[in-house]
Amino acid sequence: MTAELVRGQNQPLDRSRVEIRIAAGVPVVAGMTLGDERGALPGAEAVVHPGAPRRPGVEVADRAAAEHRLTVDLDALPAAVHRVSVLLALAARSGAPATFGAAPAPSVRLTAIDGTGLAGYTVTGLTAETAVVAVELYRRQGAWKVRAVGQGYSGGLAALLHDQGLARAADVAAEVEAAAAPDPAREIPAPAPVGTSAAGAPAAAGPVDYRHPKRRSTPAPGPTPPAPAPSGASAAGAPAADGPPPPVAGDAAGWSMEERLYNQIWGMFEDLARSVAAYRSASDFAASRLEQELDEVLADPRNRLGTAADVARATARDRHATLLTQARAALDRDLAQLTAESEVVEPALPPAFARWDNPVWQGHHVPLERPMALRLGDLHLPEVLDLRIPMLVRLPLERGLWIDSGPDSVARATEPGPEREFGRRELGSALTDGPPDAAEIRRLALETAVAIAARLLAVHPAGEFAVQVIDPGGTAAQACAPLVETGVLPGPPVPGAKGVATVLEGLIRRVDLVQMAMRSRAADALPPDLDTAEQLLIVHDFPHGFDDRAVTMLRYLADEGPAAGVHLMMVADRAQAREFGPVLDPLWRSLLRITPVPDAHLADPWVGHAWTYEPALAPKGSQVVRQVLTRLADARRAAARTEPAGPPLPPTP
Amino acid sequence: MSVNLSKGQGISLQKSDGGTLTAVRMGLGWRSAPRRGLFGRRTKEIDLDASAVLFAGKQPIDVVFFQHLVSDDGAVRHTGDNLVGGAGQGGDDEAILVDLARLPVHIDQIVFTVNSFTGQTFTEVEDAFCRLVDETTGQELARYTLTGGGNYTAQVMAKVHRVGNGWQMTAIGEPSVGRTFQDLVPAIVPHL
Repeated sequence: MTAELVRGQNQPLDRSRVEIRIAAGVPVVAGMTLGDERGALPGAEAVVHPGAPRRPGVEVADRAAAEHRLTVDLDALPAAVHRVSVLLALAARSGAPATFGAAPAPSVRLTAIDGTGLAGYTVTGLTAETAVVAVELYRRQGAWKVRAVGQGYSGGLAALLHDQGLARAADVAAEVEAAAAPDPAREIPAPAPVGTSAAGAPAAAGPVDYRHPKRRSTPAPGPTPPAPAPSGASAAGAPAADGPPPPVAGDAAGWSMEERLYNQIWGMFEDLARSVAAYRSASDFAASRLEQELDEVLADPRNRLGTAADVARATARDRHATLLTQARAALDRDLAQLTAESEVVEPALPPAFARWDNPVWQGHHVPLERPMALRLGDLHLPEVLDLRIPMLVRLPLERGLWIDSGPDSVARATEPGPEREFGRRELGSALTDGPPDAAEIRRLALETAVAIAARLLAVHPAGEFAVQVIDPGGTAAQACAPLVETGVLPGPPVPGAKGVATVLEGLIRRVDLVQMAMRSRAADALPPDLDTAEQLLIVHDFPHGFDDRAVTMLRYLADEGPAAGVHLMMVADRAQAREFGPVLDPLWRSLLRITPVPDAHLADPWVGHAWTYEPALAPKGSQVVRQVLTRLADARRAAARTEPAGPPLPPTP
Repeated sequence: MSVNLSKGQGISLQKSDGGTLTAVRMGLGWRSAPRRGLFGRRTKEIDLDASAVLFAGKQPIDVVFFQHLVSDDGAVRHTGDNLVGGAGQGGDDEAILVDLARLPVHIDQIVFTVNSFTGQTFTEVEDAFCRLVDETTGQELARYTLTGGGNYTAQVMAKVHRVGNGWQMTAIGEPSVGRTFQDLVPAIVPHL
């Protein structure tokens, strides 16, 4: 009977001559390494590969192929060999997949010479790896066993050999690749993959995958040991491959790298929420149990005299401390993994997802396609101050933003109210260094608004996104200067009530026309002077300069705008806006509230923790926003020169 | 091959070489009611529900059932509510997956229950069973045939609890009456 092994599982081998059949679906190089009792390779001669396919007791194929049959005679191996690792490396050639993630899951069968099945293992869950240790045969107390390893290396064969302690790993890896280089005369064409997807049929036979459905890697218990412990026989069986695989950016499902990163970030978000939920639940339980046990000590009349009460109290506190320590250890283990993942994900993010201090902004050029989402800021929890999860919202924005510029945007954190629907549990503002003064918050709110507007402009193709500003008091001129001076805004915002009315009427006309065109399916009948770019309207210092009619128009835009490509960003003090009475409550509720200073008011969709939001601002003194806007303005001018037709969508006659 | 446990019998979830098994699945299956009415719309549907209650020191901490499909810590997942049953061929119509290694440290017992949400007693449901499967090996740890189980609408099936560093499963198999797991709490408490 063939046993299907799961990763990390081992099984005794009762034959000394075994055949290892490998079916990879794509051309792979199959090799073996002969390790000593610590699993280390003494030298290049311990690597059996196409360039040196024969050693005493083992033999591999002399070229890359989709299917392999390797033979091992365990009795003929030198006595010094304690571990035989069977490795697969993707053959580098045109048309072949670049990583195992893009290839069918390789399957390994161990059979006796007469064909009797001994064990099987399908190497699933591979992503960016190009070399993998599939299984290993190892000597344990004189008998041989087989273990499913499945340890992949995104660094390829060189990383794999280096991990096994080979001194000249890179040279040997190059030698293997040269020996396995394609030789058309001997090439065996790869059979057509059986399943359509890499994880298709073989995975179905295996056990149920408990990992989060949107993620392919999951926090596994225990950190990876850096190297097998150097302690003789026990080290030979040390499950070095049981630790979590090193994190890889884009390690999630998706059609494009952008979508994979988006899903990965949401997966990290959920993992952190759940991990902290486990920790909070454990520490709440520890606290309530401690209280209960102390009460029992107090209530027990036998404890009135003597030291029994002190002993009982000390025991209760010890139990409390032990549980807390265990819970923290579990949390720290998960955090270590998520932090490592964050460290590889952050540098890999495209501009729309990246922080302003990410180098990707330095080399930024105006894109040709719209991004799927935008980073509005960072989220974190008080238990984990140094792990920040990017807060991504889908584009086009489904709802507008309200950047709360009121001085009580921080102080109000404990007050319940309808606008608090996003934060089910409140934390207070213990994380900030005390509320900054009102003027500073107003300045930061406007800076946040400009940073978000600049980011939206920069990640859209030239001419597909436009920003308008309503600033009746003229107080935003300084903050908007980067937008105006680089020419991204056509001119400084018109002050006074007249400016408000002009901008609002223009946008409402646009919404009405687009709606009409969509209803009658006549998109080509739009007037030629209509700007087809998506519009972001920044309303500064609301409700200053707004009369009832303007407020009504604003509400209309908030309700009807998003579907017609008009988005609203309010920079306003909620308390001042209350002067308008309940008429503004629907507007407030329809917008996503964000704050210019860290504030715990956003809830995750799984557990409902209150997450502290921090806006994505450029580092102090950095010119990155201005540089990006300048490049954008250049691109727009260039586009206008090459296409002097004027309106982007000339009407068809 | 299935292992039919008697009430109160315990099985250690430890491998012989000392390694702990890390994943179990509770499966629940039953045959859907026969179609009635011209368009099958007057079928008296049978809805059985599987639930898992997570305890820390006899105190319920979290519940995974059809309205809360994933425990807050993410270690216990219900694959989704089935309102009508299946073919009655032995497949699981509802399943709860437990990743024992990822459970929070204070959770020390998980109790699995079955309820008849639509109120049919187990005598009226055909081919109904519940089972606990060790996901690492696919081996069935416990199996109860619910059909013919008498005039009951619920069962406290089994519990998985911490023993030392590992986990052990104890079969309970106590029939009871109730629409959801809340009705079963009095029946669960004596088994903790």
